[in-house]
Amino acid sequence: MKPFTQHTGLVAVLDRANVDTDQIIPKQFLKRIERTGFGEFLFFDWRLLANGEDNPEFELNQPRYRGATILLAKRNFGSGSSREHAVWALDDYGFRAVIAPSFADIFYNNCFKNGMLPIQLTEQQIDDLFARAASRPGYELTIDLESCRVKDPYGFDVGFEIQSSRRHNLLHGLDDIGLTLQFESKISAYETARGIGQ
Amino acid sequence: MSPRTMFQKIWDQHIVHSQPNEPSILYIDLHLVHEVTSAQAFDGLRLAGRSVRRPQRTVATPDHNIPTTDRSLPIADPISRAQVDTLRNNCQQFNIRLYDLNDFQQGIVHIIGPELGLTQPGMTIVCGDSHTSTHGAFGALAFGIGTSEVEHVLATQTLRQFPSKTCELRVDGTLGAGVTAKDLVLYLIGQLSAQGGNGYVFEYTGSTIRAMTMEQRMTVCNMSIEAGARAGMIAPDATTFDYLRGREFAPKDIDSAIKLWQELPSDSQAKFDRVEIYRAEDIEPQVTWGTNPGQVISINQPVPNPATLGDETEKRTAELALEYMGLEAGKALTEVLVDRVFIGSCTNARIEDLREAAQVLRGYHVAKHVQAMVVPGSGAVKREAEAEGLDAVFRAAGFDWREAGCSMCLGMNPDQLRPRERCASTSNRNFEGRQGKDGRTHLVSPAMAAAAAVSGRFVDVRKWQFKE
Repeated sequence: MKPFTQHTGLVAVLDRANVDTDQIIPKQFLKRIERTGFGEFLFFDWRLLANGEDNPEFELNQPRYRGATILLAKRNFGSGSSREHAVWALDDYGFRAVIAPSFADIFYNNCFKNGMLPIQLTEQQIDDLFARAASRPGYELTIDLESCRVKDPYGFDVGFEIQSSRRHNLLHGLDDIGLTLQFESKISAYETARGIGQ
Repeated sequence: MSPRTMFQKIWDQHIVHSQPNEPSILYIDLHLVHEVTSAQAFDGLRLAGRSVRRPQRTVATPDHNIPTTDRSLPIADPISRAQVDTLRNNCQQFNIRLYDLNDFQQGIVHIIGPELGLTQPGMTIVCGDSHTSTHGAFGALAFGIGTSEVEHVLATQTLRQFPSKTCELRVDGTLGAGVTAKDLVLYLIGQLSAQGGNGYVFEYTGSTIRAMTMEQRMTVCNMSIEAGARAGMIAPDATTFDYLRGREFAPKDIDSAIKLWQELPSDSQAKFDRVEIYRAEDIEPQVTWGTNPGQVISINQPVPNPATLGDETEKRTAELALEYMGLEAGKALTEVLVDRVFIGSCTNARIEDLREAAQVLRGYHVAKHVQAMVVPGSGAVKREAEAEGLDAVFRAAGFDWREAGCSMCLGMNPDQLRPRERCASTSNRNFEGRQGKDGRTHLVSPAMAAAAAVSGRFVDVRKWQFKE
């Protein structure tokens, strides 16, 4: 997994709550059996009109957000289906982090398996960021996972919380399966004690 | 030992390894697999040269992406076919039991697990599917996972997990005639909101839950995720044990198993992180009006005015939802016409659901402008319904009678809404585009869906004139 240490990038805003994984990556694209190539289908039904052209109303289609790597959204981002394709699509589109007041559990968990950083800030902080992004084209944030802070060049500077082991694994790009297999003897002992696999 | 909740007991029993500030490594008893979220996981195993640690604890079936029409024909969509073929090849390579497309026991994974007796109290159960919460109805800890975690379970038969907070949802009293388990869970989601359960595992308690059949309990636990809770559970009791007795994979010495299962319910003094209490008598037939399952009202309530709802974010969410759904604030649901009716999904495609719908339909025909279909949850449900003559009731009423699968719950197969079609659906999600791009989904119970099919609009099924 690619590590996440520090990142500075353009911020795109999505002024919606309850952005569910059906919106992030609609079902017609879940038939693929690869992990890659989902970026072009990100927010497909919002991003494209029925005639296949870009929907100019949709935030990510606005020129000012082209090339964004940090997505700012409202509460309960990533609700619904467990499809990890949602994270793969955000990643493939170019996002490295999502900032929102709250996340759905499975989506939040899936982010950490893919080097994507979900950052939870307060509603007030999110509102502040929305206002800052709206008033400054080209608005960028710097995320530092070492110090767990998000800042901009104009005085926004806040800390965020993240479980220490998740932070550690993301900083070092560690693979969960490899970590768990260090305890293979304990798994075997658990199974032996319960007669599993005999 | 201090009093523990059922969640804590099952958690404790499955710890392989734990240390402070780290996720615990939990043993997984049963891993259910379907075609949509597994291919990349098997690929990962191959790339790393790993095998499936306990193939006998892994069970697979294709359900999301399969046609519900004639199964003797090949799947028409080549990409869908490739995905189902990939599941078959992976199961062969890694020696995993597969209930394939034409297997008589094939069905929606959350319906066949319980049917086969695979789902048992006290187990940890996972699947790359958020509706894995269904299995919690048996007093199991069951939750959905992403594909990376599917790979982790395949490789290690464990998961790295942080414990959830616990929330008791207690419902006491008797549900009125015509008010179902689906109405109960929609009502709870409406009370809690679509994110009210984030970070929690629910335990449903109280006399209303105790009085429910296993199928009704599965409907309730199934939709826990729609309030944001990863899992929902119900303590096992005689109803649970009677359901399991004699099923193919239930323990042979079930009486010994029952003795252990009886230890599972939360201790009377156990502390939940949160407790919410409801009265069954307050619950009326429910219909969603918006684009998340928390946007729900009773059949006799008007469509809400966004200006009266919560904070700015809630108002905006409601405005967007009304625009998408083509509804105006204040409109009566009984004036809203439906174009399509879907009875199916892991929420409501078990035999009792089909009986409930058929009872409403006997002697009636669907309205002229309505297209309606029933998709049984499994081959077993379909055969049982046919043995009871329910298929004849549905057909006589003008419903399509289909083969088992997820179908129009998520529209990965050809069963989809067309733009702006309005559907009364017994499924679990009313998200934008869920059942087809620009389709408009209203979640309801099977009885309410059947009544809407006949009336061509939403009606209060409590006033239904049953003909037989």
